[in-house]
Amino acid sequence: MSYKIYIPIDSTALSLGADDVYKAIQDEASLRKINLQIVRNGSRGLFWLEPMIEVETSQGRIAYGPITIDDVPSLFDAEFYLGKAHSLSHGLTEEITWLKNQERLTFARAGITDPINIEEYEKLDGFQGLKNAINLKPNEIVKIVTESGLRGRGGAAFPTGIKWQTVLDTPGEKKYIVCNADEGDSGTYSDRMIMENDPFVLIEGMIIAGIAVGADQGYIYLRSEYPDALKVLNQAINIAKEKGYLGKKVLGTDFNFELEVTRAAGAYICGEETSLLESLEGKRGMVRYKPPLPAIEGLYGKPTVVNNVISLATIPIILDKGAKYYADYGMGRSKGTLPIQLAGNLKKTGLIEKAFGITLRELLYDYGEGSATGKPIKAVQVGGPLGAFIPESQFDMPLDYETFAKVNAVVGHGGIVAFDDSVDMAKMARYSFEFCAIESCGKCTPCRIGSTRGMEVIDKIKSGVEVEKNEKLLRDLAETMVHGSLCAMGGMTPFPVISALNFFPQDFGLEKTDAKA
Amino acid sequence: MALTTESEEKIKQLIDKFQNKPGALLPLMHAIQDDLGFVPEEAYPLIAKAYQLSIAEIHGFVTFYHHFRRKPSGKNILHICRAESCQSMGSESIEQYCKDKLGIDYHETTADNTLTLEPIYCLGNCACSPAVMINEKVIGRVTQSKIDQIITESKVKA
Repeated sequence: MSYKIYIPIDSTALSLGADDVYKAIQDEASLRKINLQIVRNGSRGLFWLEPMIEVETSQGRIAYGPITIDDVPSLFDAEFYLGKAHSLSHGLTEEITWLKNQERLTFARAGITDPINIEEYEKLDGFQGLKNAINLKPNEIVKIVTESGLRGRGGAAFPTGIKWQTVLDTPGEKKYIVCNADEGDSGTYSDRMIMENDPFVLIEGMIIAGIAVGADQGYIYLRSEYPDALKVLNQAINIAKEKGYLGKKVLGTDFNFELEVTRAAGAYICGEETSLLESLEGKRGMVRYKPPLPAIEGLYGKPTVVNNVISLATIPIILDKGAKYYADYGMGRSKGTLPIQLAGNLKKTGLIEKAFGITLRELLYDYGEGSATGKPIKAVQVGGPLGAFIPESQFDMPLDYETFAKVNAVVGHGGIVAFDDSVDMAKMARYSFEFCAIESCGKCTPCRIGSTRGMEVIDKIKSGVEVEKNEKLLRDLAETMVHGSLCAMGGMTPFPVISALNFFPQDFGLEKTDAKA
Repeated sequence: MALTTESEEKIKQLIDKFQNKPGALLPLMHAIQDDLGFVPEEAYPLIAKAYQLSIAEIHGFVTFYHHFRRKPSGKNILHICRAESCQSMGSESIEQYCKDKLGIDYHETTADNTLTLEPIYCLGNCACSPAVMINEKVIGRVTQSKIDQIITESKVKA
């Protein structure tokens, strides 16, 4: 008799010792002569419970976590492999409130199976979207994507269908699909999770994109900080090739699609699409002027779809279940779901895929259960290093692109970093400039010079040098950067800076005035 | 410093390998660094000649990207995440602890050549901040004692 156990291989689970737990469980099982069948699955994204192991039972999978090697003997004593009770048991995985209340569409499969087991992927509705797509005309596929309301999940929130339509309508012998997997924003890890835990869904999305716009070559531009994702993607691409999903005559059709991963080299700016294309062409990642749009003149001057990992990984379910199914989730012009990532100083962190419309407060307190340190949450930064700091007074805002835009904040890639009340917001504002100075491509002056000047001005304000004059200067500099920068790097760095200044002037040594939001 | 014959041969092989690949510089530099541990300046003229680029363009490319090293590192590389999520969980004190304990600053290598210290901006491990990466292994919820362990192990692995 053998018992089926799941131990995740996701890099966050590994960062907490999942491999050590795997070895300890193997050793203990052989010592006790218990026959275990261990599957290395992905993570469900309940990172507060990682390493979370699961046991298959006739009722469903039972979760135990967080497990350390010291817990292993007691797990065996309790006969956990039969799904029996233990102080670290959480009952049925699917019934854990945190997971149960989510709406997992893009992440429907993540964490359930061995990420590179293509048969399991197929069993869980994998490649259904592709199978529908090959029976449709390109403009019919694009129409479905447009009607789904899907907007670029990388942060810019541009309607994906419209971008595809432009590439489809632009004549060209050669077109490209480029996946932006340069997930550099702090607080975000949903791209990494898709690539490590359900790589075939990204591959499927890219093939569909290729069919839709007439592209036969795809690139995944992957940040070098993700070595585990690189391995998984390369394995998955090879398997998909062997099974006839990639290469010549995809699934026996006349459509060809080649896909490869290109390793980036640690430049945040290369997450900006034109800089990414320059880098992919083997150049410095200098931002290009727009227009021309990449959809018209992209990689090597050819029409190119550049989409974020999550946008592409959401395509298969839209093609499988239909535009309406997806668009029925969400609010206003923010259709569908957003994989939200709770990060930083929170008790319970991890991935929450929910329809747009959930409030920050629900996320931070119902899911996150407040700060990890137990102190009050002073601010959150949503959308990475270029996103505004949001004070407690705005925590009732629903997650929606337009609601956030109204208060000069961004939803971005859905990463939320929480800070407790020990944070010095002037220091965070200074860091925003510092990061911009380190990562600026240097092409435009407001970003290249403004970032360094910004640090200097904040230093002066903090040391009490001509405070009023320097505050005015700081606001003026921010305005110049917002309006004068070539891309979002310089153009949005002022968002965190000015929000910190407006909501937390006392941290800058300034009098608390009415927020000038 | 001149390249050893072995290194030069290796670089030439890699240059040939990527010769006809579009956007060759990115995979080429990775391959060189994966093999030699860094991208030696002496390789620039070889690459420039083969790919019909100027030496300045090669220099411009290598220096643009934080990932590429222009000098050898220590036997192990410890990357400390400096980004916001890690800051919210006290990464600054981890940074300082590493610098004090190793007696080096960022971009420097310990005297015994066992460890090079580098900053990094996000490892995608933000759910378990603060995070560091030793070689290619990410460690989450880092504490001073985990750092001690990493440093001890790196001396063994040296």
